[in-house]
Amino acid sequence: MTETPMTDRRKLVEVRDLKMHFPILGGILRRQVGAVKAVDGISFDIFEGETLGVVGESGCGKSTAGRAVLRLYEATAGSIRIDGEDIATLPAEVLRKKRPAMQMVFQDPQASLNPRMTVAGIIGEPLDEHTNWDRKKKLARIYELMDAVGLNRDFANRYPHAFSGGQRQRIGIARALALNPRFIVCDEPIAALDVSIQAQVVNLLEELQDQFGLTYMFISHDLSMVRHIADRVAVMYLGKIVELAPVSRLYDHPLHPYTEALLSAVPEPDPSLERRKDRIVLKGDVPSPANPPKGCNFCTRCPKVMDICREQEPETVEAVPGHFVACHLISHPQTAGRTGGTEAEHNQMKTQQGEVA
Amino acid sequence: MPDGATPVLDVKNLKTVFATRSGEVHAVNSVSFDLRPGELLGVVGESGSGKSVTMMSLLGLLPSPPAEVRSGTVMLGGRDILKIGAEELRNVRGREVGFVFQDPMTSLNPVFTVGFQLCEPLRKHLGMSKAQARNRAVELLELVGIPDARRRLGDYPHQFSGGMRQRVMIAIALACDPKVLIADEPTTALDVTIQAQILELVKELRQKLGMAIIWITHDLGVIAGIADRVMVMYGGQVAEHGPVREVFANPAHPYTRALLQTMPKMHGARDAKLRVIEGQPPMLTRHPTACPFMARCAHAFDRCGRENPARRDIGHAHDVACHWDHTTAAPLTAAEASA
Ligand SMILES: Nc1ncnc2c1ncn2[C@@H]1O[C@H](COP(=O)(O)OP(=O)(O)OP(=O)(O)O)[C@@H](O)[C@H]1O
Ligand SMILES: Nc1ncnc2c1ncn2[C@@H]1O[C@H](COP(=O)(O)OP(=O)(O)O)[C@@H](O)[C@H]1O
Ligand code: SF4
Ligand code: SF4
Ligand SMILES: [Mg+2]
Ligand SMILES: [Mg+2]
Repeated sequence: MTETPMTDRRKLVEVRDLKMHFPILGGILRRQVGAVKAVDGISFDIFEGETLGVVGESGCGKSTAGRAVLRLYEATAGSIRIDGEDIATLPAEVLRKKRPAMQMVFQDPQASLNPRMTVAGIIGEPLDEHTNWDRKKKLARIYELMDAVGLNRDFANRYPHAFSGGQRQRIGIARALALNPRFIVCDEPIAALDVSIQAQVVNLLEELQDQFGLTYMFISHDLSMVRHIADRVAVMYLGKIVELAPVSRLYDHPLHPYTEALLSAVPEPDPSLERRKDRIVLKGDVPSPANPPKGCNFCTRCPKVMDICREQEPETVEAVPGHFVACHLISHPQTAGRTGGTEAEHNQMKTQQGEVA
Repeated sequence: MPDGATPVLDVKNLKTVFATRSGEVHAVNSVSFDLRPGELLGVVGESGSGKSVTMMSLLGLLPSPPAEVRSGTVMLGGRDILKIGAEELRNVRGREVGFVFQDPMTSLNPVFTVGFQLCEPLRKHLGMSKAQARNRAVELLELVGIPDARRRLGDYPHQFSGGMRQRVMIAIALACDPKVLIADEPTTALDVTIQAQILELVKELRQKLGMAIIWITHDLGVIAGIADRVMVMYGGQVAEHGPVREVFANPAHPYTRALLQTMPKMHGARDAKLRVIEGQPPMLTRHPTACPFMARCAHAFDRCGRENPARRDIGHAHDVACHWDHTTAAPLTAAEASA
């Protein structure tokens, strides 16, 4: 939870220019007529033992990014290094040996568990696949995992339907832990759970992280939960990372107009704060990733859009050490100044840089 | 909020039971509330707490069997709508009460155009001509902020985004100028920036049209932003109810208190660990003779197991169903308990 200077940490995951385009087939010949650019050139690192939160709205490419990083999809382009090795190009057999180290926990605990397998069978499945342990040793490990995630051992022979959502998510987490992974992609692990159960699962994930030194990529659209669990946060919009920063900087000094709008839209469970708040209400809907707008992909909804934004894609710059943002307001403050209305950001940038120096 | 005004909707002791293979499910157990003209009542509670079944019971929308509305009165426009005939009830649903449900994809009919779905209630309930209905439909779509409304009348639901479909659902619910709008988790399936658009719209419509609204959600933040009063449900019952500021500032029920504490904050220092409510929601399969929150309550004591707490007034138009006194952090004294 504490923000150690990043230079002291070892990078466990390094992703560069990752693209995942899904072909759109059309016509009688089912030829490719276009592509859904679900993930369109993202780069980020995840340091050992940290939690990188990934936020953004439905369809912006969070799950696709998570799956591509684990090579559950064959990426269209880019490199993915996990523990120094480029897994995007590893041959299947070598990749299989690496699989135990990287796992995934899914959103819908109901759909991701085989209804015809017992809890012990589900948790033990990765052991069957990747070890040649005998039954006794496997069962001991299954019990150990059930203890770790707070499931009663007596439930080992029950089927998933007999469990609540929170318990099913614990089963999914136990299975993900079976082979002592180092890196886990958690894709909306609490989205299907009730508020009162979400906190139980998040606490469990944090305890397990401390206990086993796990590294998480935590995908969620719940900005307040991400603020709680993440060390750094990446904000995605339409297949791209628009901003990435340590959690406190991102929430207290967002630089990208989309991040500002997203944070301001979160309802505050305190009526006095809630009504005082200046909410930025964005107009319109998210464009289709099959046909993203020219220039900055946020230009169709951005309250601060300038002429340059409709022409040129903003590049990602490190505005302040560790704080990355892709917006012309930041990368071309002069241009922004000329079109007016951005004096405030300009000054804000200066003071922020001052703070860090 | 006009205090003391005659309620537009007055629900008393509503009880709904489902017959299932494993026995009766007491989904709604003696729920009472009212709704005053022009106010917004927020209803919160986790899934299965009875929010939807309460609203569907009073609109006669539950299939029977398995559902049975076992008792209660629902006064609307001077009569008990639980006692009226099917024909009159359909009229109530179309004209007097509008409703919007969670998933606009399943509630809009995919095979009819949006224009048809908007015009139908106008022609049926208000006897408008085709042309009148179309003009009114355009007005309604404009009211809920759909650009290029006239052209879009001919579009099918799948041609709209999730947020726009939700706007269309609201437009349909508003078509006949109802006195009451019931919205059941209408923004749950939406993204936060789209949810913010819908919440702004509702605030604006309330001011323009002055109707009374029941807004169901599991998000306390949404309630804090739009409601005048809030009703917290747990295990098929009303756990706590009162003006929204009062309930958030002085939550009295252990469930409300715990719920407010488990939510991570968007400001200030982060908690090292989230507070949790241990355990699971109740099954509702037995007739509740104990407090439904007992198994998860940090303050439970012997009386909670013997007696399901009734709602008691704690001042400032605020009431709570609990044997524990949050002001003294102790069980109610014998005198208070018998009062
Ligand atoms: N197999 C696929 N074929 C074609 N398009 C796809 C495929 N998987 C995802 N997409 C598209 O890619 C985009 C990103 O999808 P993704 O599932 O990554 O979104 P997400 O950010 O995880 O959204 P959510 O918050 O709704 O889970 C969407 O437009 C989606 O429709
Ligand atoms: N058709 C049904 N048959 C049996 N039980 C039902 C049925 N519909 C709802 N219930 C039960 O009624 C209770 C309240 O449900 P509901 O009102 O939908 O909750 P909420 O809207 O608060 O999430 C739950 O215990 C639920 O399982
Ligand atoms: S580049 Fe332009 S359109 Fe894009 S976020 Fe920045 S100001 Fe808005
Ligand atoms: S009545 Fe008892 S068990 Fe129920 S909420 Fe109050 S203290 Fe807890
Ligand atoms: Mg997803
Ligand atoms: Mg419901």
